[in-house]
Amino acid sequence: MKTVIIKYNAGNVQSVMYALDRIGIDYLYTDNEEEIRSADKVIFPGVGEASTTMSYLKEKGLDKLIPSLTQPVLGTCVGMQLMCRFSEENNTTCMGIFDVDVKRFPATPGIKVPHMGWNNITNYKSALTKDLIDNAYVYFVHSYAAPVCEYTVATCDYINPFSAMLHKDNFHAAQFHCEISGDIGQKILENFLKL
Amino acid sequence: MLTKRIIPCLDVKDGRTVKGVNFVNLRDAGDAVELGAMYAAQGADELVYLDIAATVEGRSTFIDLVRRVAHTINIPFTVGGGISSIADVSALLHAGADKVSINSSAVRNPDLINELALEFGSQCIVVAIDTRYVETSEGVFEHIVHTHGGRKSTELRTIPWAKEVEDRGAGELLLTSMDTDGTKDGFALELTSTISANANIPVIASGGAGNMEHFYDVFTEGKADAGLAASIFHFREIDIPDLKQYLQNKALPMRMTK
Repeated sequence: MKTVIIKYNAGNVQSVMYALDRIGIDYLYTDNEEEIRSADKVIFPGVGEASTTMSYLKEKGLDKLIPSLTQPVLGTCVGMQLMCRFSEENNTTCMGIFDVDVKRFPATPGIKVPHMGWNNITNYKSALTKDLIDNAYVYFVHSYAAPVCEYTVATCDYINPFSAMLHKDNFHAAQFHCEISGDIGQKILENFLKL
Repeated sequence: MLTKRIIPCLDVKDGRTVKGVNFVNLRDAGDAVELGAMYAAQGADELVYLDIAATVEGRSTFIDLVRRVAHTINIPFTVGGGISSIADVSALLHAGADKVSINSSAVRNPDLINELALEFGSQCIVVAIDTRYVETSEGVFEHIVHTHGGRKSTELRTIPWAKEVEDRGAGELLLTSMDTDGTKDGFALELTSTISANANIPVIASGGAGNMEHFYDVFTEGKADAGLAASIFHFREIDIPDLKQYLQNKALPMRMTK
């Protein structure tokens, strides 16, 4: 099996690589179109700001390549947000794989933004959450989120319910960081790699 | 529901953890990677590794340690100690750290916080504040920021400094009270509560944990988002699974892993 991690100007890629090492999977870290197209699994990680990462993807033509992929693709954190239609973070037009807009958490007295730490996900119905315990805790760090929509396959509640995971055709996405979400995160990654 | 976090702190010198009472009298508490992995398995929510030597020779050893930790554990971890430039942060994040903590260098050059937040994103920039309640030259008692492991006093008042670092782009505050650190008499509740209520970023409380009730107090009265401790975990005075069970029984949101 060939697994590719898409190379772009996002942080924390190292953590994703280490997570795959722990699972015992070989991977390629590349932005080369041929390599990405020929992969069995594509991981699109991300920590970063929407407009900066999106303009980098455009510069490299990755904004056209990613939506055209047909093998299983997993986007995480900003990766997931860039797969949506639009992000309020610096009013960024994103790739539009998921027809939903990413919004900033509303300012709420006594509640901190970013949403940082471990929170439980519920209502899951994704192949990636197969055999997961109920109310599994995963690690989030974000100030923007996709509302619950027709593609939502797991929800989380912070100020309002939001999409913790999205799924459409071959595209899967998680707002949380699978790579540092303990055994639960590892299980989700393993489920993705088994698709 | 977003949980309260329990964070063991590992002070590291030459790849091994050490912990001093009031930052002196260092004692060896074991191998840093192994200890971190054990805490992760026990349900620690995050780890903090502090390079207490932070010398040039120690630095490359520390980066190697960060790489081994990142490779081994599957929960977030923060690293700190002697970080003073974008290049330092870049090396640590590339080695696999999830967040970096800066302290003295932020006091010396507050613009560094803005620069790091812009370069790497606020989410990975933790500003550590060591504070002590002292009599100022005007003869009044104030919470004053200290640096160099709490040895050196600054001109900065703690409460406005906490707000300033947030405004400059810090993603999290690590507040250590030098008055309570090492005492095991409990966290500095009043100060933690004031700072947390003023902040729109998470506050990690540190210094003074001696029993499980102290954690309950700092999460309720102290309004902290996370509680950090070192020796009580290293010397097994409190076991993390017991602590989390205790806090959950008292209706605090905790991530239970067992």
